[in-house]
Amino acid sequence: MFLAPAIIWFLASQAFQKIAGATTLTRSNVTLQWVIILTIFTPICIGFFIFGFYAFKGEYDQLPVSSKDLE
Amino acid sequence: MSFDIKPSKISLVIGASSVGTLIEWYDFYIFGMLATIISKQFFPSDAGTSALLSTLAIFAAGFIVRPFGALVFGRLGDLIGRKYTFLLTLVLMGGSTFAIGLVPGFATIGWAAPILVLVLRLLQGLALGGEYGGAATYVAEHAPANRRGFWTSWIQTTATLGLFLALGVIILIRSNQGVEAFSAEWGGWRYPFWMSIILVVVSILIRMKMSESPMFTKLKSEGKISTNPLKESFGHKANFKMVLLALFGAVMGQGVIWYTGQFYAQSFIETVCKVEFVQSRNLMLWAILFATPFFVVFGYLSDRIGRKWIMMFGMLAGILTYRPIYQYFLDATNAKNRTEKIDLTHTVATEKLAMVDTKEGTKLYVVQKIDTVYTDGAKFSYTKTDTLHLADIIQDASTGSIYYTQPNAMDATKLDTIVVKLKPTKGAMLDASKTQEVKITAASLKPSIVIEKTLDHATYWNLIWLVFVQILYVTMVYGPIAAFLVELFPTKIRYTSMSLPYHIGNGVFGGLVPFLGTLIVEFTKTADNPYGDPLAGLWYPIGVASICLFIGVIYLTNKVDKEVMD
Repeated sequence: MFLAPAIIWFLASQAFQKIAGATTLTRSNVTLQWVIILTIFTPICIGFFIFGFYAFKGEYDQLPVSSKDLE
Repeated sequence: MSFDIKPSKISLVIGASSVGTLIEWYDFYIFGMLATIISKQFFPSDAGTSALLSTLAIFAAGFIVRPFGALVFGRLGDLIGRKYTFLLTLVLMGGSTFAIGLVPGFATIGWAAPILVLVLRLLQGLALGGEYGGAATYVAEHAPANRRGFWTSWIQTTATLGLFLALGVIILIRSNQGVEAFSAEWGGWRYPFWMSIILVVVSILIRMKMSESPMFTKLKSEGKISTNPLKESFGHKANFKMVLLALFGAVMGQGVIWYTGQFYAQSFIETVCKVEFVQSRNLMLWAILFATPFFVVFGYLSDRIGRKWIMMFGMLAGILTYRPIYQYFLDATNAKNRTEKIDLTHTVATEKLAMVDTKEGTKLYVVQKIDTVYTDGAKFSYTKTDTLHLADIIQDASTGSIYYTQPNAMDATKLDTIVVKLKPTKGAMLDASKTQEVKITAASLKPSIVIEKTLDHATYWNLIWLVFVQILYVTMVYGPIAAFLVELFPTKIRYTSMSLPYHIGNGVFGGLVPFLGTLIVEFTKTADNPYGDPLAGLWYPIGVASICLFIGVIYLTNKVDKEVMD
């Protein structure tokens, strides 16, 4: 649960550093790469946070045995 | 409940699904493998916008579009049926691949070329996102409960066989045509794209003869199909929980193990260990060939002992052994570690040869090549290219050699005279007696150095064996995964529910292994250690696989679901 915000913070700080450190020629490319990475990983990290929350609440202690349990 | 299916139909179901999926993977891989030629043909040579577009083409198709394809086609598959949906993905993939082979180069149609290629590449990614879930669901829904892992494992072999086919076709055409003809605007690199249409037509004809999945047909006849698969898959907490568990407890780790074993290994052997182009690819082909049957072995085994522990063991094995394996790759290909003697009769240091840049006549490339041959047959080639800028162009095209002065490396007050033979330009005859003095105005600070290592027989086979071991881990995690995912979700939203975690796990977590691996190595570079730690990139797959292993061991069940009809 706590790993998810830590990953987002790490990625955002790395993106900031890398974009700031890029040369004029490569800046647009580096920016695009990091925008894509952040756009992809942020929702995944939110999903990871939700997973952690469910696990913390014990919702995975008993997995469904039938599809009726998923309705 | 089960369906009685004739053995001949079983083979047809597996064959039709596998061939189509194999073709989709083949189509997807050839673009990646020919990326260097494609970027030269379709993108202008300036570094700015072209790099931006090519990055977009690679990133977008690999990471963004595949999960979207999973959503779009997954939804369609749960609404109109598996058969027609994966027919559609096949047509889309085959058509866009064939069309890439028809797009004229940047030199002919300008900016329309990269834009067309980008659009077609996006369609490829979209189709791939829809194909796998359909094929896996289709086969699994035909399979008896005690053979589901075995049957679906045939689908799993296709991702590896597609890579094998793509590598084989490219090597075959390239070696027949020669590098120059292969890389020309309408050269041999287009043939693998054109070949795709034949494969797709054959596959469509086979798939057209197939009937709809019996489970989906039954559900449809009872009027129980989902009206909104996306909402039911991700809007209902009970099912969404299972989507998250599938992603973080299984597919995320499977994705990084797969991409490390098959793609990072090849890139590491070629770019870090500097193993020669053809040998590094042949090495992969052998390893893939030996390991591929194990997809079926572990699929079969998963029906007997359960899916969970086979997948978890594959992840654990990767976590524990990746660093020793890659350390061996480095040690075995390091010239400093070689104990064999240098074979002086075959070791050659060529004299310096200069080439005038065809566009900029005042730019000169001075090349020197040293081939060190060892008694065990290994050959380490070292090519150094210095770039020199001349004050004036060389007037006489038949000049045989040039000479210039430069400060002595040990004593800068002294000047050395360097004589360099010129390489003839196309159509020109050189006169060896003609020599000309040139004045150097500037020189590149760092020479370009290309190292190519041809391995001796024993090291070559050791590397094949170690890549094989990594692909064996892939077969453990990937062989049972289709059956595992199918059993996790109900029939009416199965296509949608299993496709999204699969493509996030493989497209995003797996697909980013090469990029993030390289990025982590960059982090380790310091002034004292300018090359960084070449093994640091492995922390990404090891870290992701460790988290996934932890979650999987705690929360996944090893029980094989006998009843997937519900």
